[in-house]
Amino acid sequence: MATAVKPRIKLDKKEAKAGEIVEVKALVSHIMETGQRKDAQGQTIPRKILNKFTCTVAGKQVFAAEFEPAVSANPYIQFKFKATESGPVVLTWHDDDGSTIVGEDSIKVT
Amino acid sequence: MVRYNRRQVLAAGAGVLAVAALGVAPARAANDSAEMIAKFTGGKAPVEGKVKLDLPEIAENGNTVPMTVSVESPMTEQSYVSEVLVIGDGNPRAGMATFHFSPLSGVAEANTRVRLAATQNITAIAKMNDGSFYTVSKQVKVTIGGCGG
Repeated sequence: MATAVKPRIKLDKKEAKAGEIVEVKALVSHIMETGQRKDAQGQTIPRKILNKFTCTVAGKQVFAAEFEPAVSANPYIQFKFKATESGPVVLTWHDDDGSTIVGEDSIKVT
Repeated sequence: MVRYNRRQVLAAGAGVLAVAALGVAPARAANDSAEMIAKFTGGKAPVEGKVKLDLPEIAENGNTVPMTVSVESPMTEQSYVSEVLVIGDGNPRAGMATFHFSPLSGVAEANTRVRLAATQNITAIAKMNDGSFYTVSKQVKVTIGGCGG
């Protein structure tokens, strides 16, 4: 489900030889509300974070992560994958409320 | 002239001793670190080594502290890192992030930015495909806490 938030994704190479390591950096805008803060009336502001992240390349998961409220606002993630087949690089973040944020790039493997 | 009888003096002394005993208790309240580790390893003791945690010695801003965790591993079908748990013993809750790897990851390495409420020890525990666990801990001094509380 597309949302207004667009993640920033950067692969260190667009083309790779089979077996080469590709580095991915991604940044997404999100408050990552911890559930620890209180508002002006003293009420606890409920937790609302991106709790899960996955990356697939040509449909196969290459990396995933679970985030707790300890992950900073506007979560940044950097990881690597091994180039095996050409295809879309799909990054998905899952919000506590069930919505998702999706970003896509691609890799060509020669 | 006020005279304290022996009973009163002893009672006062006992009171002082009780307060002193409380004062000896650890300054930092424990969070659920121990439970999280036990749950992740199924009670198995992780071995020190293979895991590396890159964190600043001193975090100027506890709201965003860059952290890289990496694990030495060939990342082949025969030998790879399947998961890495990262926890902190000085946050309200110990859990920070769990990273999932496979041979397709190529390298067991991930970087993110975390919130640290106060000076504490960060611990990373790696689970290998053969069921073994490796760990490393690093202390980060925090000047401005980052839990917004």
